Amino acid sequence: MNAPHPVAAVKAPTGGEVVMRCLEREGVEFVFGYSGGAAMPIFDALVDSTVKLVLVRHEQGATHMADGYARSSGRPGVVLVTSGPGATNCVTGLLTALMDSVPMIVLTGQTITPMLGKDAFQEADVTGITYPVVKHSYLVKNAADIPRVMKEAFHIATTGRPGPVLIDLPKDITQGPCTAPFVDEINLPGYHVPGRAPADLVKKAADLLTKSRRPVLYVGHGAVISNAGAAVMALAAKLNAPIVNTLLGKGACPEDHPLHLGMLGMHGTAYANKAVAGCDAIIAIGARWDDRITGKLSAFCPDAVKIHIDIDRAEFGKIIRPHVSLEGDARLVVEDLVAQVGRADTAEWMKEIAAWRKQYPLRYAKKGGLRAQYVLDRLDKLGSRECFVTTDVGQHQMWAAQFCLTTKNRHWLSSGGAGTMGFGFPAAIGAAMANPGKKAWCIVGDGGFQMTLCELATAALQKVPVKILIINNSYLGMIRQWQELFFDNRISGADLEGNPDFVKLAEAYGVKAWRVTRAGDVDKVLKKAMDYNDGPCLVEAEVVKEDNVFPMIPAGAALKDMIIEKPKTKMDKPTGST
Amino acid sequence: MNRGAQFEIDPGKVRRPVVEEPPTPLHTISLLVRNKPGVLCRVALVFSRRGFNIESLVVSPAISVPEYEAQPGEFSRMTITCSGDPDNLEQIVRQLEKLIDVVHAIDHTGQAVIESEIALVKLHVSLKERTEILQVAENYKAKVVDYGPESLILRCAGESDKLDAFIALLKPFGIIELVRSGKILMARGLETT
Repeated sequence: MNAPHPVAAVKAPTGGEVVMRCLEREGVEFVFGYSGGAAMPIFDALVDSTVKLVLVRHEQGATHMADGYARSSGRPGVVLVTSGPGATNCVTGLLTALMDSVPMIVLTGQTITPMLGKDAFQEADVTGITYPVVKHSYLVKNAADIPRVMKEAFHIATTGRPGPVLIDLPKDITQGPCTAPFVDEINLPGYHVPGRAPADLVKKAADLLTKSRRPVLYVGHGAVISNAGAAVMALAAKLNAPIVNTLLGKGACPEDHPLHLGMLGMHGTAYANKAVAGCDAIIAIGARWDDRITGKLSAFCPDAVKIHIDIDRAEFGKIIRPHVSLEGDARLVVEDLVAQVGRADTAEWMKEIAAWRKQYPLRYAKKGGLRAQYVLDRLDKLGSRECFVTTDVGQHQMWAAQFCLTTKNRHWLSSGGAGTMGFGFPAAIGAAMANPGKKAWCIVGDGGFQMTLCELATAALQKVPVKILIINNSYLGMIRQWQELFFDNRISGADLEGNPDFVKLAEAYGVKAWRVTRAGDVDKVLKKAMDYNDGPCLVEAEVVKEDNVFPMIPAGAALKDMIIEKPKTKMDKPTGST
Repeated sequence: MNRGAQFEIDPGKVRRPVVEEPPTPLHTISLLVRNKPGVLCRVALVFSRRGFNIESLVVSPAISVPEYEAQPGEFSRMTITCSGDPDNLEQIVRQLEKLIDVVHAIDHTGQAVIESEIALVKLHVSLKERTEILQVAENYKAKVVDYGPESLILRCAGESDKLDAFIALLKPFGIIELVRSGKILMARGLETT
């Protein structure tokens, strides 16, 4: 008869514990999550981990927090939720991250492997549901795969064009033992990360730019992600060319620089749009010619030379056909370009642009009640450039883009591709957590704020210096604007009756709050909020109920059809998307 | 006369109006993919999202992969024939290559490639027509794989056009069932498939 082995067997770690060790090895500090049955083995492993849990109040909030964390720092945001409805509540956040190229890891619990596909309690085909909204995803059926999957997931999420990666973890896998060793190598044939563009193409592009008389540098999110700002400024200076940025490109280059014309596109500045309409060469730096930018494609600078710098080769030719496609990291490609360009003959062009700037400044009415534009303009002058600024979606987002200048990279966080309402507030929480000691302003509308306001509890508990500015016009303002301009002012589903008293609501969560209703009080209240850093605080600005964002290029219209102010004649319904 | 009789519809033989539509151009793409669960779904979604229809799809294990030491069963080859707007085709190929599990995707439309397909055709035959059918089969080098008193199954292999012609010739005899394998192709010489 064999005697029992004298050395006590060391208990193998559980799959959940190995997941935690992998997160630690990737340098993850926080996991934004919400528990549930299928995720319990992982939540249990959290107790002994150095990774800290930020317990949210809705899984959508968790995804937007991880998103804001990632956008503001460049480090991947991590989400941990349970199976079934917990995972499906993440779909919106995944779409938001995918559309804006944000590195994110979403860990979802799942039913035990023998019950997959059998309609078990809180079971959903999460990998099936999320195929179109992730960069990649995994369903772990074998605990031995955990280290490799975690390593690959972080690599895929953070390299090339960043994006969200989902890992579905069945409960028996995370509860059972995992003895597989940690993995340091990546083995992904068919996944390659571009670096520098080919020298001959860079030379071709450089020559085209140097020879141009009316060039424009069109800067997008890719320039933010790759920290290309300094290189782009050097390119602009060497060429003597103006810079415009997309909604997501804000902050790559400082918007208060003399060469900067502000945002272009549907609600961009008139002079930025005129510069693009009149250019003879346009170079997209980490931008993808989105329909908000181009308007009617056939009329979008048809005679200009187009150069496209992008890390994702699938973007070349998707919208416009570029004359030169430079596949690579924006910063590296622009640095190579700077070395090759010379000064272009743009003196006349710059004079023309200066005249436009003088003739068509951004304007708003100063009388007739408190204006959102005034509040945001004052916020910009009172220090928002030093803070992280997030927005929700709608008119306030466009006004914030116009009036809150961004001068630091990664300091402007806004849902562009997906336009997700409810993004702004949780994203600000994530940004504050990623950057301790820095303030975060989140500019939201009364509509969007109500979608994720339950995270007031999370913000209060974490004591983050998040300052919520609610632009309250009691409407879904952007919808109301479209209905006024294109639908005979037939208001349908845009009137937000029944809004709560936001100040009382904030106080119910233990959050300091103020209301401002008059222009004369704006500075005082904003300063109070700026100086209050014991935790989150809220400012409700009751603004004029009906106001419109101008300039505007209706969807599908040409740049030359830009409207600077409300037209006197009736307008046709726009033909472009949304 | 029972006036209702002219409107009786036998559920087994519903008449559908014959609409002559211009044939949509077909494109053939061959992919080398990692043999992971879900890769087929991800590939199919690239087509469906852009309004392309997959006319045929063949997947099977790949043996060797350029510049890579492949484990058995690690890779698969897919040959997809699809119809849709030709202007979008380049985008589709690029989006396929963007998938993490796709090693490469190549559009072989219009190129000189070796292609092959198999069709199994089940026919209802009386003794009278049997000889004629067998003559057609011999002409197309098709083999009789099932020989019954009232039916016949023919197996024919070759290029898709050849199969189309073969099937068209057999139609007047009354095809009961037709199963085609879908096209597989291989690039000529040392070109990559």
